[in-house]
Amino acid sequence: MAAETQNARTQVAAPALTPPASMMGMPRHHLLIFLGLLALGLIGPFVLYPVFLMKVMCFALFACAFNLLLGYGGLLSFGHAAYFGSASYVSAYAAKAWGLTPELAILLGTATAAVLGLVFGALAIRRQGIYFAMVTLAFAQMVYFFSVQAPFTGGEDGIQSVPRGHLFGLIDLGPDRSLYFLVLAVTFFGLLLIYRIIHSPFGQVLKAIRDNEPRSISLGYRTNQYKLAVFVLSATLAGLAGATKALVFQLASLTDVYWTMSGEVVLMTLLGGMGTVFGPIVGAAVVVTMQNYLATFGAWVTIIQGVIFVVSVLLFREGIIGVLGRWLKKPL
Amino acid sequence: MFELLGIPPQALFGQLLLGLINGSFYALLSLGLAIIFGLLNIINFTHGAQYMMGAFVAWMLLNYLGINYWAALILAPVIVGITGVIIERLLISRLYHLDHLYGLLLTFGLALIIQGLFRNEYGISGLPYQIPSQLSGGMNLGFMFLPNYRGWVVAASLVACLATWFVIEKTRLGAYLRAATENPTLVGAFGINVPRLITLTYGFGVALAAFAGVLAAPIYSVNPNMGADLIIVVFAVVVIGGMGSILGSIVTGFGLGLIEGLTRVFYPEGSAVVIFVIMAIVLLVKPAGLFGRTV
Amino acid sequence: MTRIRNFTLAAVAATLLSGTALAETAVKIGVLNDRSGVYADLSGEGSVVAAQMAVEDFKAAEKGITVEIVSADHQNKPDVASTIARQWYDQDGVDVIVDVPTSSAALAVNDITREKNKVFINSGAGTADLTGPQCSPNTVHWTYDTWALAHGTGSAMVEAGHKKWFFLTADYAFGQALERDTTAVVEAAGGEVVGTVRHPFPGSDFSSFLLQAQSSGADVIGLANAGGDTINSIKQASEFGITQGGQAIAGLLVFLTDIHALGLETAQGLVLTESFYWDLNDGTREWSKRFAERHDGDMPTMVQAGVYAGVLHYLKAVEATGGKDATAVLAKMKEMPTDDPLFGKGTIREDGRKVHDMYLFRVKTPDQSQGPWDYYEQVATIPADQAFRPLNEGNCPLVK
Repeated sequence: MAAETQNARTQVAAPALTPPASMMGMPRHHLLIFLGLLALGLIGPFVLYPVFLMKVMCFALFACAFNLLLGYGGLLSFGHAAYFGSASYVSAYAAKAWGLTPELAILLGTATAAVLGLVFGALAIRRQGIYFAMVTLAFAQMVYFFSVQAPFTGGEDGIQSVPRGHLFGLIDLGPDRSLYFLVLAVTFFGLLLIYRIIHSPFGQVLKAIRDNEPRSISLGYRTNQYKLAVFVLSATLAGLAGATKALVFQLASLTDVYWTMSGEVVLMTLLGGMGTVFGPIVGAAVVVTMQNYLATFGAWVTIIQGVIFVVSVLLFREGIIGVLGRWLKKPL
Repeated sequence: MFELLGIPPQALFGQLLLGLINGSFYALLSLGLAIIFGLLNIINFTHGAQYMMGAFVAWMLLNYLGINYWAALILAPVIVGITGVIIERLLISRLYHLDHLYGLLLTFGLALIIQGLFRNEYGISGLPYQIPSQLSGGMNLGFMFLPNYRGWVVAASLVACLATWFVIEKTRLGAYLRAATENPTLVGAFGINVPRLITLTYGFGVALAAFAGVLAAPIYSVNPNMGADLIIVVFAVVVIGGMGSILGSIVTGFGLGLIEGLTRVFYPEGSAVVIFVIMAIVLLVKPAGLFGRTV
Repeated sequence: MTRIRNFTLAAVAATLLSGTALAETAVKIGVLNDRSGVYADLSGEGSVVAAQMAVEDFKAAEKGITVEIVSADHQNKPDVASTIARQWYDQDGVDVIVDVPTSSAALAVNDITREKNKVFINSGAGTADLTGPQCSPNTVHWTYDTWALAHGTGSAMVEAGHKKWFFLTADYAFGQALERDTTAVVEAAGGEVVGTVRHPFPGSDFSSFLLQAQSSGADVIGLANAGGDTINSIKQASEFGITQGGQAIAGLLVFLTDIHALGLETAQGLVLTESFYWDLNDGTREWSKRFAERHDGDMPTMVQAGVYAGVLHYLKAVEATGGKDATAVLAKMKEMPTDDPLFGKGTIREDGRKVHDMYLFRVKTPDQSQGPWDYYEQVATIPADQAFRPLNEGNCPLVK
């Protein structure tokens, strides 16, 4: 009964809240940006090192998935490495030990992240705010310890020399460029899906909960169900990113589940602009590029990441794209 | 020889005692976190780094200035506490009008910076810190050989925890503090300098972490990552205990240390995760934590 | 005037020299290891110094081979190692990667090197899988492996009368492999394993596990862990009075630099296996002295010695084949016997295993030690044919 009325209400609310639509219900400047990104993605591998670009794309998807939870759900998870990493492990294991084709391996990894997200999410949303962050962090650390000890993860070694295999059993993904286009397709699918979620009636309710939870409750929304749903969606898409990353580097390792990974994704989102559609993509590109060029300088990467955190929080809370959007007077 | 569930009682008591030692670190750290949270409403992610700084400052005092362990036990917390005061004044205080999550992110960033700087300077292989000569050796308790230093750690942290509890619950200063936690505006109206109270509280919480760090220095090697993993366990301890009560976080800290010790006897492989499992159960049964009030 | 003449002379000399040698070959060597973490002392910058010394001692420039050495920090993480290795091979034109401590990172580089058909000379990593199930035609495993350490230390301890073992094992793949290999040796030699405890990795507090070892009634506690874990467990064992209580400690993976960090007071009496020690003979002493002069007075570890010898042998093969084609150079490396002042004469087997003598050492007491870095007394020499896993037992697919 209650669910029905709730559905009815969201449907009523929907048309009023959806912004003026062009194609796919997308305002024109968003459509242009998506097309621009796609063009960049298509030219990219002929100009830059493809493995580097694939890494950027995987982390961009990861950051966008995280932003769905933080920027639109208002929930700060400090343990998203758990979903990214466990999906990475499962898809690597499926591709290597069971010889699954890449698309099935990715799907299986993603599904694992979804289940894990459901279990941890159901527990974590029992607490709010800071407690929520600590609980998710603690659960992620549990997954980390499990990954260190479980036999199938290979402990310190991780799962190595994961075969990239043949897509649908047909297309050889061994060469970097052919894998590149699969990663591009997966990333774009993920980004568009996130875009749809944000701009759906469900997304509007989420924003309402984010801005004022007691009010949403009084309006009759079962806020916990919404929060759990967005948590699971975010975990699932983080898993998609992790599973894809395992194929790109042919490796799943403890780095993927460690708390520093959870911190990095927060950083990417914060730097790019939380609650913006395109911010996390920019944040991911900046952070990954920085890691790449500073890799030989040891701990300086950590220090600079810390400085970016501090500066972003104190002076730059809207992030790069947030500021840009304010200048252009268009939400990005 | 009688056995308990197949475990000789010697081993059992031995492990429980060791659990108590770990528990004293949990208690000291979660106590500091709870005090800071009570007044500032932020989770101090830098806490682990400040614990590490305590150990490093003790090491530096000894190696650069020749100041021994006993003096370091007082000096290191004071020095680290002062850095905490500076951090609070310069950075954290700018965030009180914002969502508490920003405090978490800021202190996380600070933790990265501090750990990175120490890593650059000292590497991560760890520096040795000798046990003070007065406490070297150990005594045979019949069921185990207890190194004197470990006994000292339990005693010192118990005293520090109880003294903190006494100050907060039984003195006038503590009364101001508790009042400010409840209603800062009202306390300010009575002419008490609430911002200064907040700054000093942060400094004190940080000093407690540094105190734990000095205690830990001779047991574990002094290295830049020593606080990073520990602090996550302490977060779980805090979630289990709930942050409402000072005594609660002390009891939870020691209690979980004991439970971890027991796990080491019966199922060593699980000892790394047992606290997280307990956290999940507590969240299911009593989401506000064992001693907490619903937030 | 004089300057110009000198310059011309040098140019003529260079032309003459390169004329006598084969065509000019440019080789790029990548030293990939830990430069900030727990293995930084035993590999790190010292390995780069060792590689440079190999290039100089070989007089590569006079033989028409220009060598460039690059280095990077893999932070002991397989993902970082694989990213760097990929980029070095794909973009930076690196021909050979050397060192790579940490088994997980070494296995990652092993795969990529095979995929890109380059050369990988491992010195720092322990895993015997590199010449076992994971063996590759492109990899040479130079210095040591877990099998050799387990056999050296395990059988020596049992022979010395330490028959009852208790293992303190780091709970991950590497620790478990070390425990498994040692258990096999101990049991084959007539000893028994009375207990095992797995500690979380990485651990900082080993007291509760040591307590179990203490009450187990074992003669010897085998430390199946590495790096900081080993150092901490040895330290805490001395804190809990374990060695004073009559139990011996066997470190299964301990390096010279670990002993240096522990100090002889704590480490004395420890028995361990290594393939190189600076004070073995005149050849090692002469080289180590030169090494120490260039490396802040620190003596070389066996890992750094392995980097030197490996690079030297690689350059010999490049000279002999007159080019740097990986397949040809690798074939030459395995065909030529190895000979250097540090490891003596040896061979490289078809599974990539470099074979030489191993040595069993006991750590001296503070009284026995004559000065800094005088740490080991040699207990036994394990001849090359017994030191490493027999070729047919490794399950290496390259061995028919």
